[in-house]
Amino acid sequence: MTKPVVEKPEATPLNPYTEITPELVAEHGLSEEEYATILRALNREPSGTELGIFSAMWSEHCSYKSSKVWLKTLPTEGPQVIQGPGENAGVVDIGDGQAAIFKMESHNHPSFIEPYQGAATGVGGILRDVFTMGARPVANLNALRFGEPDHPKTRHLVGGVVAGIGGYGNCIGVPTIGGEMNFHSAYNGNILVNAMTIGVAQTNKIFYSAAAGIGNPVVYVGSKTGRDGIHGATMASAEFDDQSEEKRPTVQVGDPFTEKLLVEACLELMSSDAIVAIQDMGAAGLTSSAVEMASKGGVGIDINLDHVPTREQAMNAYEIMLSESQERMLMILEPGREDEARAIFEKWDLDFAVIGELTDTERLVLRHDGGIVCDLPLDPIGEEAPEYERPWEETPKQARLRPHEVEGTDDMLGTLKTMMASPDLCSRRWVWEQYDHMVMGDTVIRPGSDAAVVRVHGTNKGIAASTDVTPRYCFADPVEGGKQAVAEAWRNLTASGAKPLAITNCLNFGNPTKPRIMGQFAGCVTGIGEAARALDFPIVSGNVSLYNETNGVGVLPTPAIGGVGLIADLEKRMTLALPDEDDLVLLVIGNAKGHLGQSIYLREMTGKEEGAPPAVDLEAELRHGNFVRDLITDGIARAVHDVSDGGLLVTIAEMALAGKKGVALCEPKDCDHPHAFWFGEDQGRYVVALSADDADKVITTALKAKVPVTRVGKTTGDQLTIGDTNTISLTDLNDAFESWLPTFMAG
Amino acid sequence: MKASVIVFPGSNCDRDVAVSLEQAMGQKPNMVWHADSELPPSDLIVIPGGFSYGDYLRCGAIAGNAHIIRPVKEAAEKGAMVLGICNGFQVLTETGLLPGALMRNADLKFICKDAPLSVETSDTPFTKGYKQGQTISVPVAHHDGNYRADEDTLDRLEGEGRVAFRYADNPNGSARDIAGILSENKRVLGMMPHPERCADPLLGGTDGKALFTAIVEELS
Repeated sequence: MTKPVVEKPEATPLNPYTEITPELVAEHGLSEEEYATILRALNREPSGTELGIFSAMWSEHCSYKSSKVWLKTLPTEGPQVIQGPGENAGVVDIGDGQAAIFKMESHNHPSFIEPYQGAATGVGGILRDVFTMGARPVANLNALRFGEPDHPKTRHLVGGVVAGIGGYGNCIGVPTIGGEMNFHSAYNGNILVNAMTIGVAQTNKIFYSAAAGIGNPVVYVGSKTGRDGIHGATMASAEFDDQSEEKRPTVQVGDPFTEKLLVEACLELMSSDAIVAIQDMGAAGLTSSAVEMASKGGVGIDINLDHVPTREQAMNAYEIMLSESQERMLMILEPGREDEARAIFEKWDLDFAVIGELTDTERLVLRHDGGIVCDLPLDPIGEEAPEYERPWEETPKQARLRPHEVEGTDDMLGTLKTMMASPDLCSRRWVWEQYDHMVMGDTVIRPGSDAAVVRVHGTNKGIAASTDVTPRYCFADPVEGGKQAVAEAWRNLTASGAKPLAITNCLNFGNPTKPRIMGQFAGCVTGIGEAARALDFPIVSGNVSLYNETNGVGVLPTPAIGGVGLIADLEKRMTLALPDEDDLVLLVIGNAKGHLGQSIYLREMTGKEEGAPPAVDLEAELRHGNFVRDLITDGIARAVHDVSDGGLLVTIAEMALAGKKGVALCEPKDCDHPHAFWFGEDQGRYVVALSADDADKVITTALKAKVPVTRVGKTTGDQLTIGDTNTISLTDLNDAFESWLPTFMAG
Repeated sequence: MKASVIVFPGSNCDRDVAVSLEQAMGQKPNMVWHADSELPPSDLIVIPGGFSYGDYLRCGAIAGNAHIIRPVKEAAEKGAMVLGICNGFQVLTETGLLPGALMRNADLKFICKDAPLSVETSDTPFTKGYKQGQTISVPVAHHDGNYRADEDTLDRLEGEGRVAFRYADNPNGSARDIAGILSENKRVLGMMPHPERCADPLLGGTDGKALFTAIVEELS
């Protein structure tokens, strides 16, 4: 089988001849130049099935054609990295022969069209990316962006997405431990649903996707193939318009029960050495898994589609290859191990079918309905997909807003209460109480703190995780915004006592053919790279989602970062909750100049979104974070919270509410602009609570280590007070904080 | 003592409860596959939480008819202790070992949080480690925990001291705030809250531990 099997694919009753017209090419999202490349590579016209395969593989979603040149600039290595980008998920070493395997992925377009199923299958897809590598999934997280609250679709979308994420994760029994959610009008027509999964595997039992072994059986397992989700990858690579709802049939339907069986069956088979390679059928289904596995292994693959388990009658080759039916995997087995593997999958009531074998032709050959319906050289499909250096323009810098340019307030605590009840700062309890965040019995820090932490089962170490990005910063200054997203993830892990290990990302942007959008992408990736290098926080996996536009309006640049860290000894974990103890001293670590540009204060209290975002000083970030982590490890810190959205007063209020412990704050000395002091969003800062006995010593050490430190107050009673007269009860504040989201969702 | 945890396809708290049992008993329980028609000798049978068979028909309905259920019922009739947690409680109502049914939560949403419970009776082999009237905090995590039965049944349950736990702050609309009920001989307990999620100080609570300790004392 070294030569092409056929010169031209054969027509069969199920796969009649398709005339390839320019319209058909355009419908498949391929440009004229891309089609010309296909003709040159094949030296003939493709069949309809072949055109579909090129269309899916060369879609932005699968090929990264606009983003690849930039992604190559990111740091992806480090002693902790076992596997960087390019596999189903990234792998980092967590000691004791164990690895954390994780990735984040978008499911934006499907979730906008059909929020429950779109979000649910987003969770299902990312879970498969992780367990396909041999890991038992141990935690899910997410990053969600919705339109403005009073947009008519927002409530429906929030309700559906949250229920969908819960519906899938709760049933499969993997705790959803963290996430983030923002509202902004830029997402009115294009919400973002990014899902992340972390799994744990033995380092000597990690499974990869490169196919190997000529003659080895190609095996299909999981659910049957139906007509759902055909061309999902292509849909995910196009803009939306008013007719987008007509695309509902391209959204897949999730079955978490089957996926639970698939996890157990795969892990059971993985405990033997029967599997050579394995990959889930995600975007572009059987097409991408077959092409990518064979391409990576440098082999050919010959599949008989008659053997693919189908859910519906008379499916043709095009439909089988492009279906995105969920809960399916493709495996290459060692020869002769089929029966053993089949027994496991049958025990779990899952389909198991040998559908082909590996060849030495480096071609993808598909047989169906009595004919050969596809015979393509693999190189041009996979490894030589188009790659564009799209023109881009830098985002114009905005002037820095000075504190006196932003209207102040006399009522700091009233302002605090208003801000704590604003959509972007209020409690997310309504969301995470719909997620089973405790199943598996290892959730050590639950949602609501800086990072959530799960214990590595059977050990005393923990994996900390957080998802972060501040899109309004990225929009105002992509480079600083990119840096800030990485720094905040690093800071959140640090505040939990973890040593940050590595990140995954999900880069959500608009239409990359617009130089302005491409400039946002380039800027954010540049900033992410700078921060990741400075903080030794490499990128080990990720996903790019472009064309997040509706009727020409793009989303805010939203490069969501999923950070993962390790807590070596869980006794040394930390949360933001103030202990119920009077006279603990609150210290602010880090410098502040009262930066109000792009702050929540500016937006919520003055209705403006302007100015440069706060700058990120990466050297200071590292110094401050390491200092704080040492305070945690040394058992000195009693509560820690990083300062982010809303600034210092919001940070302290969150600590007080989490611990149900009051705080007395000092009025800032010689301060002309207290609103900037309390609500400025300067970066690289933490609030640390510690005993009065430790405070003096810590201040001295901090100053020696060039870590700025300020005393701001102490714990006491059950109120939040500033100076002698300004007081708010925690009950009042908590009502404001907790009530916005449930009230909004109740309509 | 010998304990068995029944594993259905879709069970997802089987490992969690096995960990709690092992901590209390000092040995691992048997993990028994749903398709088996024989149960190893068991003093305690646990039906764990999860989504047996996806709960696609009605929560617990398919599991209630699995092969393994016949020997479970036989063992219960002979006096074995049976503990059904969450989906396990739903399964027990489907098998008829416990009366009533679990309906969708009143607000129609899945709910996962710590729930304060009042211990209604300490006069059972499951709850003798608590004081009657004691408030304990045990996590709930369910979509269908709204306990329903006809008024006569509810009166009988109350009259016979068969309400084991009541919600202090009813999260799901359950009739008479019922969180857990017992069989007539008080050796079968079904409860929606998850005691296995609060039997380890690292997980934020240990109020569930006394339940497992009491079972082990009873059966040792």
